[in-house]
Amino acid sequence: MKITLKVMRQTGPSAEPRLVQYELMGISGDMSFLEMLDVLNEELTERGEDPVAFDSDCREGICGMCGIVIDGEAHGPERTTVCQLHMRSFKDGDVITLEPWRASAFPVIKDLVVDRSSFDRIIQAGGYISVNTGAAPDAHATPVPKEDSDRAFEAAACIGCGACVAACPNASSMLFTAAKVAHLGLLPQGQPEREARVVNMLQQQDAEGFGGCTNIGECAAVCPKEIPLDVISTLNRDLGKALAGRG
Amino acid sequence: MTTTDTPAPAVSEGLVNGLYREGEPIADSKAPSGPLQNRWEERKFSARLVNPANRRKMSVIIVGTGLAGASAAATLGEAGYNVKAFYYQDSARRAHSIAAQGGINAAKNYKNDNDSTFRLFYDTVKGGDYRARESNVYRLAEVSAAIIDQAVAQGVPFAREYGGLLDNRSFGGVQVSRTFYARGQTGQQLLIGAYQAFQRQVAAGTVTSYARHEMLELIVADGRARGIIVRDMVTGEIETHLADAVVLGTGGYGNVFFLSTNAMGSNVSAAWRAHRKGAYFGNPCYTQIHPTCIPVSGSHQSKLTLMSESLRNDGRIWVPKDPADCDKDPREIPEDARDYYLERIYPAFGNLVPRDIASRSAKYQCDDGRGVGPAVDEVQPDGSTKQVRRGVYLDFADAIKRMGKSTVAAKYGNLFDMYQRITGEDPYEVPMRIYPAVHYTMGGLWVDYDLQSTIPGLFVTGEANFSDHGANRLGASALMQGLSDGYFVLPNTINDYLADAPFEALPEDHPAVAEAHASVSERVHKLLSVNGSRSVDSFHRELGTIMWEYCGMDRSEEGLKYAIGRIRELREEFWRDVRVLGENEELNQALERAGRVADFLELGELMCVDALHRRESCGGHFRSESQTEDGEALRDDENFAYVAAWEWGGEGEAPVLHKEDLQYEYVEMKQRSYK
Repeated sequence: MKITLKVMRQTGPSAEPRLVQYELMGISGDMSFLEMLDVLNEELTERGEDPVAFDSDCREGICGMCGIVIDGEAHGPERTTVCQLHMRSFKDGDVITLEPWRASAFPVIKDLVVDRSSFDRIIQAGGYISVNTGAAPDAHATPVPKEDSDRAFEAAACIGCGACVAACPNASSMLFTAAKVAHLGLLPQGQPEREARVVNMLQQQDAEGFGGCTNIGECAAVCPKEIPLDVISTLNRDLGKALAGRG
Repeated sequence: MTTTDTPAPAVSEGLVNGLYREGEPIADSKAPSGPLQNRWEERKFSARLVNPANRRKMSVIIVGTGLAGASAAATLGEAGYNVKAFYYQDSARRAHSIAAQGGINAAKNYKNDNDSTFRLFYDTVKGGDYRARESNVYRLAEVSAAIIDQAVAQGVPFAREYGGLLDNRSFGGVQVSRTFYARGQTGQQLLIGAYQAFQRQVAAGTVTSYARHEMLELIVADGRARGIIVRDMVTGEIETHLADAVVLGTGGYGNVFFLSTNAMGSNVSAAWRAHRKGAYFGNPCYTQIHPTCIPVSGSHQSKLTLMSESLRNDGRIWVPKDPADCDKDPREIPEDARDYYLERIYPAFGNLVPRDIASRSAKYQCDDGRGVGPAVDEVQPDGSTKQVRRGVYLDFADAIKRMGKSTVAAKYGNLFDMYQRITGEDPYEVPMRIYPAVHYTMGGLWVDYDLQSTIPGLFVTGEANFSDHGANRLGASALMQGLSDGYFVLPNTINDYLADAPFEALPEDHPAVAEAHASVSERVHKLLSVNGSRSVDSFHRELGTIMWEYCGMDRSEEGLKYAIGRIRELREEFWRDVRVLGENEELNQALERAGRVADFLELGELMCVDALHRRESCGGHFRSESQTEDGEALRDDENFAYVAAWEWGGEGEAPVLHKEDLQYEYVEMKQRSYK
C-alpha cells in the first residue's frame, strides 16, 4: 500500500521542529510500524538525506524504549507499543502524522527521540526496597497473600515507556509513579519505607517538571500494559497517611 | 597458563586448515580442587579482602546494565566501591534481559520432589552436552537459591499460591518443579529488581550512571585493563574513563545473524574490542536456536519473536506431503495429505523432541520445498535470489476438539493473542506457523573461575562470558547465570584482584590511553568518510543470511569454508562501499549500527572457523558430518571435550586456538537418544 507520512523533525534539542512529508510505496500490512520506518530510512539513506531518528530496542513490546505519538495518540490507534503496531491497522492512501512524546520533562533529543531520564530520577527518589545483597531471609519466610501479589504484579508490569505522560493534557507522570508506589506498597517487604517513598517520589516528580494529576484518565487509556487507573488512588491513600503521620 | 602471566603463549608453526594456528593449552582455570561441594566456599575464603575504608578509593567500570551488569553494579556500589555504569539504552531498565519470558531455576526443593543442588548441577551439565565446566555449574546451582531470596526481598512479584508461598513449575522437560516465574515476564521483573537496587546506589552516590553511552575500546595499560573509551551517543563526544577494573556484562551476540530474537541494539562491540586487545573468545560457534518463533513475513523484517515452547505440549507440527499444497488454506488439506513429521520420525517423543532436533527437522522440511506461509526472498549460494517458504504448521485443531476452545485459551491465550497481533491470523481458526530462530549465544569471552578474562582486571559476566552453559542452554538457566554472576560471584572474586589496587593513576596522555582514543576517533571518521553506495543494514542482512545458511542449524565443512570466503569479501566491500550519513557530533543511529556491523563482520568469521574446527556435533552445534545413523548429533568426547578459547591473531592474521580440557569427575558423559 501507499502511505504518506508527516514526520515532526528536529535536528537537535534547541532546533525548531518542522513537519516533513514523505511518500512510501509498497508497504505491506505484515510490517510493524517500526519496520515501515526502517524502510523509510533505507530510502532516505539512498537519497542522501538524514534518516529519521527514533528509539526502539526489543521490538517485542517489553523494553519500553519505543514511543511515538501517531495521529495524536500515544503509540497509535491500538493499545500496544509502537513496535507491536502493524501496518495492517492502516489503509492504503492513509496520511499518518508522527510526533515525539511532548512534555517539558521529556526534552527532545532529535526527531522522535526524547530524553526520559526524569523517570530514572523518580525511581532514585525511593522507587526501591532498601535491601543489600547477600543476606536476604529465605524467600518463604514471609508469605504474601496471592491477591496482594497479583495486584502488585499488575502494577509492576509498567515498562516505563512514557505513553502516560504523552497522553496526559497536563503531562503528568502520575500513573508511572503510582504504579511503582502500588507495586512496592502492596508487598510486606515494601512497608518500612512506604510513607517516605510516596512523599519523596512525588517531590521528585514535581521537581522534574511533570504536571499535576487531575484524574483525566488518558494515561490508563493508552497504557500498553494496561496499568489500572486505581493505582493512583492507592498512591493518594498512601500520601494521605504519610502527611497525616507527619502532623 | 594462569591469567596473570603476561608472556604470549608459544604458537605452533603452520596454519591448521589454512585458517588458524594452535597455541598452548590453558592449564589452569583457577577452580579450587577438592570436593565439588566445597570449592566455592574454599575460593571465597582464599580470596583476599579489601578493607571497607579502602574500597572508596577504588573504582570499577561496568559496561551493560542487564541482569548481570545491573546486579553487579548495585552490589559493588553497596560494598563501597566507586562504580561507573555504561549502557547504550536511555535507561538501565531496558536491557534485553527484560524480554526473557519463561522463568528462573533454583534448587530450593520447595515442592519436595527430590530436587537438590546436585540435581540442578547434574541436569545443567547434561543439558549443556558435557561442554561446560563442572566447578562453575555446581557453583551456579549452589548460588541459585540465594538469588530467589534476594529477588523476593527486593519485591519481585513471583507467582504465588493461595497460601502465600511461592509457586513453581516444571520447565524445559525437567522432571522437577524448580522454575520460579512471574507470568510471562520473569526477565522483566528480575531486571526491574536489579535496576531498582542500581538506582538506589545512584541515589547513594556510589554508582554513576551513563545512559546512551557505547563502549568502543578497552584501555589496557601495563598488562592490565584500566579503562574504556566510550562514545556519548547524543553529542558524539569520545570520552575516556579510567578505573582499577573493568567488568563487561554486555550480553550475547546473536544479532550477528541479523534476524534473531535479540533486541535490535544488542551487539558484540564491547566484547569484540576486548578480544582484539587480548581477551580470548570461548566457543564462539555455540548458538542456541529456538524452534518456536513466528516466521519471517517479508524481506523487511527486522527481528523475530519467540513464542513459549510450552505450545509444543498440545500443538501438532506438520507440513503438506505434496509441495503443490503449500500455498493452500491448511484447513482444506485432508489428514492423509499431511506429514506430522516429528511424530513420524520420533514416535517416542513426537512433537516434544529437544530444541535442536525440532529446529533442524523444520529446516529440512522447508529445504525440501514443503515449507508453508508467505514465500520470502532468500539469497542462494550462487548469489541468486529464490523464493522460499520458511514455516511449518503448529496446529491446535485437535487440541481444541479434545479440550475445548476455552481450555486452550486459558492455557495459551496470551500467546495466541500475541501471534494474532503479529501475523494478523487467528490461530484458533488457522494453524499457527512457526520456524526456528537464533535466541541465545553460549559462547563469549573466556573467563576463569573468578570471571576474569585473559586480560588481568577485565571481568566478564552473564551471557557475555562463555562459562556455564556448554554447548546447549537449558530453559530458565540464563536468568540464573546473569544474577548469580552479578549478585554473588563477581562481588566475591573481584576483591582478590582489587586487593592490589588502587593502581597508579594513568595520565590521559599515557600511550595506551592515547592509542585507544585515537583508534576510536579514526574508526568513526573512517566510517563516516567511506561515503559508498550501500546502507549499513544491507550489509548486516547479507552477513546474517550467510551466517544463518552456513553457520546456523546445520553446519558442514564445505559450507563453512564457503562462508568464510564470503564473509571476507563482504567485509572488504563494507569498508569500501558502506554509506553512513550525518556526522559524529550528533545522535547518529546509522553510525552506531555501522560500528557494530563492522565488528559482527569479524566475529562472524571466527564463529565459522570455530564451527569448522569442531568436527563433532554437540548441543546447538550440529556438524552434518558428525551424526548417528538416526540423524542424531554425535559428540566426539575423545577429541573435543574441551573449551575452544581463541586468541586474536592480529589484523588479517590467523587466530590462535588454545584448548582448555574439560574434566568430568562427577558426571558420566552419555550419548543422547530420543527415538
